[in-house]
Amino acid sequence: MKAHVLLILLSAILAFGSLGCGKKEEAPTTAPETPAAGKTVDPATAGTISGIVKFTGTPPPPVRLRMDADAACARLHPGPVTVREVETGANGGLARVVVYVKEGLEGYTFPPATEAIELDQEGCMYQPRVLAVRTGQPIEIVNSDDTTHNIHPIPKVNREWNRSQPPKGEKIVDSFARQEVAIPVKCNIHPWMQAYIAVIAHPYFQVTGEAGTFELKNLPPGTYTLEAWHEKLGTTTQQVTLGPNETKTVEFVFQGS
Amino acid sequence: MHAQYSPGLHRYAFATAAATLLLLVAGGLVTSNDAGLSVPDWPLSYGSLFPPMVGGIVYEHSHRVIAAVVGLMTIGLVVWLGRTERRAWVRRLAYTALALVILQGVLGGLTVLFYLPRPVSIAHATMAQIFFTLVAALVLFTSRWWLTAAPLPTSEASRRAERFALWTALLILAQLILGAAYRHGWLGITPHLLGAGAVLIATSWTGRLVRRAAPAVAMVTRLRILLSSLVGTQILLGLGAWWAVVRNQQALQPLPEMIWLTVAHLACGALTLATATLQWLALRRVTTSWAVDRTGLHAAVYPPALQEGGRQ
Repeated sequence: MKAHVLLILLSAILAFGSLGCGKKEEAPTTAPETPAAGKTVDPATAGTISGIVKFTGTPPPPVRLRMDADAACARLHPGPVTVREVETGANGGLARVVVYVKEGLEGYTFPPATEAIELDQEGCMYQPRVLAVRTGQPIEIVNSDDTTHNIHPIPKVNREWNRSQPPKGEKIVDSFARQEVAIPVKCNIHPWMQAYIAVIAHPYFQVTGEAGTFELKNLPPGTYTLEAWHEKLGTTTQQVTLGPNETKTVEFVFQGS
Repeated sequence: MHAQYSPGLHRYAFATAAATLLLLVAGGLVTSNDAGLSVPDWPLSYGSLFPPMVGGIVYEHSHRVIAAVVGLMTIGLVVWLGRTERRAWVRRLAYTALALVILQGVLGGLTVLFYLPRPVSIAHATMAQIFFTLVAALVLFTSRWWLTAAPLPTSEASRRAERFALWTALLILAQLILGAAYRHGWLGITPHLLGAGAVLIATSWTGRLVRRAAPAVAMVTRLRILLSSLVGTQILLGLGAWWAVVRNQQALQPLPEMIWLTVAHLACGALTLATATLQWLALRRVTTSWAVDRTGLHAAVYPPALQEGGRQ
């Protein structure tokens, strides 16, 4: 009798002890990754790299989403909801591609980006689906829906977190300290919700629209590796050498199956 | 003093096992619906006992509630056995079950707080199967059959069958760990597929040995046939679940066919492990002196000095 009472007591202590362990200590948002004070861009010699990201082949068909797991989401869409992971424009331009300078800016320093970028949850979808920000740049997460969401970025090199946001609740503001292209973001309440946040240590990046075009202005002369990242098609890179005040045009092509 | 059959206790143990199987299904639904982190906090859900039951929260919070019920039922089982059970080893097994269910709860909490670390998720999945098997064993130990079964003469064939039955149960446990490792993205499918082949061969071979060792023991025969049926069903469900996953690789969310086939595969896996373990125990119960001594029965056959009567 004594033994089992003792064991139950011990188990209860263990269980309550574990409650006290609490949540994993969230690492403080560290200072954004910036090179030690170094070169700055001279506007007098800066140039521009512009171009287009194209898609050839047949894009995969749109995928239908089932939102019946949450009536509040289903109500917002009277018709079927579909997502095109490969979104192309009229001229073969590929949308939602992050084009950024991957290499060639080592040794430069840039003023931090302080303007907040918004990631909204509207219609139980992330808006926009692909977002690019600077390291340390505030990301304001908004819930415009009448339902609860959880926001769960799953980075590889940054700090992972998972927070809930009540219907039309207060904004969540956070940032990522290290460059990472791109961090998948999920809502585990609504598993169809998916976004990607590209975090880049400098200001030379753009997310393409339906036309697939991009323009990276005010780049110092140099040789750069440009990368185009797409959520489904992966990455492709090109080397570009930019002279003083030069404008170069680049074309990225992603091949469909 | 000898253990006596208590129908109420046996039924209660059975209800605990049934609730545990339901808990396994609920846990499988959490993983299959990718809902493991839909509730970011633990032990409470959104700081309360009654979170908004929408989307993935339905699966995660239901899993927590059923887990709490199973935890309470296990405490009830421990108290019941602690008060009435005369076999000390059965009481010790009940305490072990309680320790496991608490550890399992803590592991579940860690998966949430540390964002599903693979080793913890795999340990949580494996522990669930072990706990279910332990409770199923308690159902057997409290059954009238266990308390009254007549022993068979021990032979080399029975010892061999019993050894193989044990190794088959352990092989199935290893196969379940490989399955969990695949499900949580730690291993590819190949080890789990090879494991399935090994389990199929082992159960077929052991089945032959068991049939020869205890051909006339109804309980052993039932468990042997049930195990063969479960292994067959399990292989079909596994192939079905794999087909659903491969077919829907482009899906942007878990689809019902993926979810239900995978969860059925998981539940059938748990039943397979439990049945293989019970087959071994039942065989051991009738074919070795160990089991007879440890039941605290058969005073006429075995002198009281060899019996472990527990509390007098």
